[in-house]
Amino acid sequence: MTLVHDPPAFASPTDPPPPSLERIWTSKDSGPIQFVTPDGELTDLGAEYGVDRALAQTLYRDMARARRLDHEALALQRQGELGLWLQCWGQEAAQVGSVRALSPSDYVFPSYREHAAALVRGVTPGELLAQWRGVSHAGWDPGPYAFHLYSLVLGTQTLHATGYAMGSLLDGADDVVTVYFGDGAASQGDVNEAFNWSAAGNIPVLFICQNNQWAISTPTDVQFRAPVHQRAAGFGLRTFHVDGNDALATYAVTREAAAIVRRGEGPALVEAETFRMAGHSTSDDPSRYRTETDLATWQARDPLLRLETVLRSLDTRASYFSELEEELERLAVEVRRACRELPDPVLDQLFTHTYVDPHPLVDAERLAYRKFVELMSVED
Amino acid sequence: MAGSPTAPPETAASTTMTLGRALNAGLRRAMREDDRVVILGEDVGALGGVFRITDGLQRDFGKARVIDSPLAESAIVGCAIGLALRGFRPVCEIQFDGFVYPAFDQIVSQLAKMRARSGGRLSLPVVIRIPVGGGIGAVEHHSESNESYFAHTAGLRVISCSNPSDAYRLLRSAIRSDDPVIFYEPKRRYWDKGLVDLEASPASLDRARVLRTGTDLTIVAHGPTVHTALAAADAAAEDGFSVGVVDLRTIAPLDMETLRRCAEKTGRMVVVHEASTFMGIGAEIAAAVTEGCFSVLRAPVLRVGAYNLPYPPAKVEDKFLPDVDRLLDTIDAALSYRGKART
Ligand SMILES: Cc1ncc(C[n+]2csc(CCOP(=O)(O)OP(=O)(O)O)c2C)c(N)n1
Repeated sequence: MTLVHDPPAFASPTDPPPPSLERIWTSKDSGPIQFVTPDGELTDLGAEYGVDRALAQTLYRDMARARRLDHEALALQRQGELGLWLQCWGQEAAQVGSVRALSPSDYVFPSYREHAAALVRGVTPGELLAQWRGVSHAGWDPGPYAFHLYSLVLGTQTLHATGYAMGSLLDGADDVVTVYFGDGAASQGDVNEAFNWSAAGNIPVLFICQNNQWAISTPTDVQFRAPVHQRAAGFGLRTFHVDGNDALATYAVTREAAAIVRRGEGPALVEAETFRMAGHSTSDDPSRYRTETDLATWQARDPLLRLETVLRSLDTRASYFSELEEELERLAVEVRRACRELPDPVLDQLFTHTYVDPHPLVDAERLAYRKFVELMSVED
Repeated sequence: MAGSPTAPPETAASTTMTLGRALNAGLRRAMREDDRVVILGEDVGALGGVFRITDGLQRDFGKARVIDSPLAESAIVGCAIGLALRGFRPVCEIQFDGFVYPAFDQIVSQLAKMRARSGGRLSLPVVIRIPVGGGIGAVEHHSESNESYFAHTAGLRVISCSNPSDAYRLLRSAIRSDDPVIFYEPKRRYWDKGLVDLEASPASLDRARVLRTGTDLTIVAHGPTVHTALAAADAAAEDGFSVGVVDLRTIAPLDMETLRRCAEKTGRMVVVHEASTFMGIGAEIAAAVTEGCFSVLRAPVLRVGAYNLPYPPAKVEDKFLPDVDRLLDTIDAALSYRGKART
C-alpha cells in the first residue's frame, strides 16, 4: 500500500484533479468502480485516489456498528422481541459510503433496509427497532436527522424525493435530496417516473440503487435486461456504477455524483453492486431459491473485512480496534435495552394522530371506543 | 362447534388440508384442466409465493405458465389483461393486500370496464388473488381490508373465502368465470385446516352460505371474520340466544335473496368485517336489507368493523380488529333494541 494521504487527500487544491468516476455505459463496460479489491489491495484507481485514513476509520466504524445492530436485532427477533427484521448484512459499505458522502443536511429518503445509513444519521437503536417490534409505523422524527421515514411500498419514495427536490429548487437551496431503492423496486413505475421527471426537469435528486442481486426470491435478470445505471442514463441522468462492497469507492463515487447534483447539472444515479447476505427478512427461507455458492462468493467480498485489511496495512493503532470493540459491546447492550423498553402503542392516540383538524367521525368513534374499553374493564 | 357447519359431507375424495393447501390444489386442478390458465406474480415460482400458495406449480407446469414477474403490480395486472385478450386465463397473485394499489388503474379503469366498452364483444377472464386482512402481527401495509374499493367498481366480481373447502371450490369457479374476479384469501386463516372434497363441483360465484341457522339474530360475515362470527354465535347460545351465521362468500354481487331470507327469519342482523365500517360493505348490506325487509326488522341492521383509522401497529391490532367481545356487545345492542332486553 503506497499512496496514503494523511490528512485527507480529497480536498487539497494543489493535487491534480482525480479522474472522473462517471460511467458512460457501453456494452464493453469494464464493470463497477473499485478502489480496493476483495483481498484488501488498492486497485490502480484506488491508489491514484489514495486513502484518507480518518475517512477509512470512520467508514469502518459506521459499518461495524451497523453490523452489530443487525446481529442484535436478529437475535431479538428470534427471541420474539421483534415481529420481523430485515437485515442489512452485506450492504453496509453501500450505505455508509454513500450517506457519509452527503452533507448532513441533505435530506435522505430511505427504503426500509437502510439501517446502516440511519445509524450514521443518528437515528437511535430504539427508534430504529420500533417499527419492527410493532409498536409504531415509524419510530423517529425525520426532521432532526434529515432522514425520512422508511417506505415499505416499493419505489414510492423516489417520487417523494423528486418532489422534495423540486421544492429545494423553488427555495433556491443547493441541497442534494437523496433517495435509496433496490434492484427490485426499480421495476416499479414510480421509480421510472422519478427518473424521467427529475431528468426532464433538471431536478436535484441523487438516486442510490443498492443492487443486492435479489428481490426476495427474484434475481435481477428477471427484473431487467439492461442494468439500472444504463437505464437511468437513457432517461438522461448522470450515472455511476460502483462496487458497493467497497466503502472507499462508494464514498468517492457518491461524492462526485452529489457534486454534480449540487452544481445544478441535474439528477444523478449511483448503482452500487452488493449482496443481501441474509434472507429477505426473518420470515424468508432463501434456501428455496439460491445456493450456498452464491453466499460463499459474496462472503469473500465482505465490505468490513476488506476495509479492515486496508486499515491494518496502514498500521492503524491497535487501540482503534480495541476501543471500537468496546463501543460495539456498549451498542449491543443499548440495542437490547432500548428494544425491551419501547412502550406499547395506545390505540387511543391513533384517533388523535390521523387528522390535523377536528373530525366528527373520528371523534364519535373515539367516544365509542372509550365506552367499549370501559365496559370491558367493568365486565372484567 | 365453530367450524363444523362449514365442513362439506365426507366423500371418498375428501382430504383434510389447510386453506393454503386447498388454494394450491385449486390452482393445480385448474391448470391441469385448462392449459390456457397461467399464473403471474412476484416470487410465485421457485419460492411458491410468500405464503406458498403456488408451491410446486412452476416445477410441475413450467416457467412459461407460472411466471415470476418483475416487481410491478401495475405490470402484473396490465399484462394479465393482454394475456386475457389473447385467450389466456391469467391468475395474478398480489403479494399483500397493501400492494394492490399500484395496479389500481389497471383494475378499476381497464380490467373492470373493457367488456362494457367493447359493447360486450370482449371478455377478460382474469383472477386477482389477494391475501387480505390483519391479525398476523405484520408491519404496515400487510393487513389491509380493501374489498370496498373493488366492490364499488362495476365490472368486477369480488369473492371472499373463509374455509378450505370454499377456497378450493370458489377459486376453481373464479378461474372458470369469464368475468374479472378479485379473489380474497384470509391470510390469518391460511393455516386453518378443514375437509376438502377434491371432486366437489365448483361453487356458485353468487351464493352466500348459511353456516348456522338462528331465530333471534343473524351475523353476516366473510373471509377472516366468519370464524369470529361462529365463536360469537356459540357464546350467544350459551346465554340462550339463537344466532345464525351467514358467510357471504361473494361481496359483489351480494346474495340478497339469502340475506333477505335470514333477515325475515330473525328480524335482527349484525354485519361484521375487518374493514372500516364507514363506507364499508356493512353499510351496503344494512341499506339493502332495510330497503327490502323494513317491515320485518325488529332492530336496525348494526355493523362491527374497524375504526375509521389507518391500520395500527401490530402490538395494538387486537384492539382494532373486530373480535368476539365487540361482536357480542353489538349483538346485545341489537337484541335489546327498544327495550327488548337481552336479560
Ligand atoms: C409495491 C410493493 N409490492 C410488493 C412488495 C413486497 N415486497 C417487499 S420487499 C420486496 C422485494 C424488494 O426487493 P428490492 O427492491 O431489490 O429490495 P431489497 O429487499 O432486496 O433490499 C417485495 C416484493 C412491496 N413492499 N411493495
